[in-house]
Amino acid sequence: MVLKAAGYERSPSRRLDATFAALSDPTRRAILARLATGEASVLELAEPFAMSQPAISKHLKVLERAGLISRRRDAQRRPCRLKPRPLAEATGWLEEYRQFWEGRFEELDAVLDEMKAQAKGRRRSRR
Amino acid sequence: MASTGGLKVVAQGDREIVMTRVFDAPRTMVFEAWTKPELLKRWLLGPPGWTMTVCEVDLRVGGAYRFVWRRDRVAGDAETPHTMGMGGVYREITAPARLVSTEEFDDAWYPGNALNTLEMIEKDGKTTLVNTVLYDSREARDGVLKSPMEQGVAASYDRLADLLAKAETR
Repeated sequence: MVLKAAGYERSPSRRLDATFAALSDPTRRAILARLATGEASVLELAEPFAMSQPAISKHLKVLERAGLISRRRDAQRRPCRLKPRPLAEATGWLEEYRQFWEGRFEELDAVLDEMKAQAKGRRRSRR
Repeated sequence: MASTGGLKVVAQGDREIVMTRVFDAPRTMVFEAWTKPELLKRWLLGPPGWTMTVCEVDLRVGGAYRFVWRRDRVAGDAETPHTMGMGGVYREITAPARLVSTEEFDDAWYPGNALNTLEMIEKDGKTTLVNTVLYDSREARDGVLKSPMEQGVAASYDRLADLLAKAETR
């Protein structure tokens, strides 16, 4: 169940949509993980995957549109590099969402504590 | 991803949000707290300033539930009073292990509906709750994650402290 928070406004950001779309694919996540260790060319990125260079290039285009990577205009090689900011923003939402729910669940903890205390009381009075 | 504190939240695939949380209670109690109105009302609170005014549960497959929250008029605020309602239908009930229900808000704030699956796994008297929310579309899921959550959750922590204090003196 998900509650709507007070002050919610419909403010879609296309770039942030693109971030989530880009992150939803395992190959693209693997590419990002590889780029986290340093920049790499398309050829280098294609190597560990059983994929053609054009297929990898397609994934790179998605990542580039989402602003997750940048590519240097470096003649033939055009190495790719990770841009960490949109990633941090995406995990930032999850963190806000998590905090909202953690507040609710801490209330539930208290209710459960009370239920346990009552069950204990009932057991005791039955003896 | 986000994993500090007790609650873990991850975006899974294109259309899901998965929340995982451990509760220090047997799953029969966790299941009760999710399905009995008098218990739901005490923890499923809106943001600070809101109260739950309607909490109806018809716990049968095909039975409906309905929740409404209300924020009373605040001096100097033209917008209030304000209500927010949501409801759905129970699709699968396997107490105390699993509860599947649909969810829909009165004023749709994300496109389409969602399907909510609660799974409760008990071990050594503790219950791991896995709540998977499946949205109709990726846009809906992302919209939910992006909605600015109320920052001031401090008030709910205060209520928690009160409840804990009461539980201890009993």
